[in-house]
Amino acid sequence: MIFKFIENLGDRALYNLNDLGRMGIFMLRSLSGIFKRPFRFRAVVRQIREIGANSFGVIFFTAIFTGMVLGLQGYYTLRKFGSEGMLGSAVSLSLLREMGPVLTALMVTGRAGSAMCAEIGIMRNSEQIDALECMAIDPFRYLITPKFIAILISVPLLTMIFNVVGIFGGYLAGVKMLGVNPGAFFSGMESSVVNKDISMGIIKSLVFAVLIVWICTGRGYFVDKIEGAGYGAEGVSRVTTQAVVLSSISILIWDYILTAMLL
Amino acid sequence: MSEAIIQLVDVVKDFGSQRILDHVNLEILPGRTTVIAGGSGQGKSVTLKLILGLLKPDSGTILVKGQDIAAMGRRELNEIRSIFGVLFQGSALLDSLNVFDNVALPLRERTRLNRDQTREQVVNTLLQLGLVGHDEKFPAQLSGGMKKRVGLARALQLQPEIMLFDEPTTGLDPEKTLEIYQLFFETQRKFKYTAVIVSHDIPKVFNLADQVVVLNGGKLVAFDRPEEIQLSEIPEIQSFVKATMGHLYHSSDME
Repeated sequence: MIFKFIENLGDRALYNLNDLGRMGIFMLRSLSGIFKRPFRFRAVVRQIREIGANSFGVIFFTAIFTGMVLGLQGYYTLRKFGSEGMLGSAVSLSLLREMGPVLTALMVTGRAGSAMCAEIGIMRNSEQIDALECMAIDPFRYLITPKFIAILISVPLLTMIFNVVGIFGGYLAGVKMLGVNPGAFFSGMESSVVNKDISMGIIKSLVFAVLIVWICTGRGYFVDKIEGAGYGAEGVSRVTTQAVVLSSISILIWDYILTAMLL
Repeated sequence: MSEAIIQLVDVVKDFGSQRILDHVNLEILPGRTTVIAGGSGQGKSVTLKLILGLLKPDSGTILVKGQDIAAMGRRELNEIRSIFGVLFQGSALLDSLNVFDNVALPLRERTRLNRDQTREQVVNTLLQLGLVGHDEKFPAQLSGGMKKRVGLARALQLQPEIMLFDEPTTGLDPEKTLEIYQLFFETQRKFKYTAVIVSHDIPKVFNLADQVVVLNGGKLVAFDRPEEIQLSEIPEIQSFVKATMGHLYHSSDME
């Protein structure tokens, strides 16, 4: 009984080590594709449309309602201390440092990350990736690297959009609905937000972008090697769910690590 | 020195605790058509993947034109792969590209042909394989037989020395199967490639084969001319012939 437990534990540890190594090499090969010629400009633009432009709607609605909720909650909390004028500062700092990068990354994971994972997984299962290799076409440079470049461009831009729309949402709730003085709202924001807050958000969004594309495309690419994933459509759906969950958790863990490092 | 273009020497391949290929030795001669036959899960497709370097053997050597494919780095592997064309079981067309772009893909990625030269070559191939008028369609809009033709057109773009066919007629009706074999004859006559065909479609592919390899339980049980296989007295081969070709073809009936 105890030996079986130790054996299973060892098997699990070896599997995870192997998986980590495989994913590490995957990351290096994907990133090295950035420096290989010819540069796949069209593929990158297409991916920016898929990951970035097509996520705009989701980001807009998430941002505006998040901002409005922050405005409402902030107003009633600050009113207890007679500090409603600090609402602009509270909304903008919450968005720029935390909510903007994290919620944007989670939304991109749900919308584009899952799609990337399923696309690559289906290509693996239907031997399309094998076909590329047989034609001596590097599947990393052809398929994965454009997604890496596109997400590194798209996620920081989407985060900026999220921040602006979110602040507007906070303004709508606080100023237009609850009657906070607009001058106080904006002057509070101006006096408390510094460059470091903005750069922290950008750094976070870049790290989250790498996590999303690495985990989602990597899980799809190795769909046939993931223990217990199963085969065919079922395998792809399980791995896609796993990729979304893993990306989301990684984003939250790295958010804490980065906050601790950057504050 | 062997004249074989592909040589498997004492190849062993396991997946977990399951042995897929068990000390297989095989020589494929240039310009010939070799059929790899056997039941499901006997290691036929794995043999193709080993030849292509998509899988590595656990032991043994795989030589392609005298070079050990398992020992090659990525760059050397890409070089040697340029002599191969592959028609996959499900055709493996890139589903985000239309027929024209799928066929043009190897030319765009692997040659320095300009846009007009690429277009000319692709149009010629589409014409030869009866695909004119379908060039704007996406793989999801094509029938199984049509997908195979597009897959064959793509595989032939770089004029391969060796063509590998993985179950080329699986899922096709008899008429489409015949079409694929006719295309095989025509393209082999034109391009003079060495063909390796993995197939369940035993009676039909025996007519194409110069040599037949029979795999059973991961072991190579027969490697001979098709007529010798049909007349073999070895019990394992007899049962294979009986099971796949029907009683009509069995040696005892021919005596």
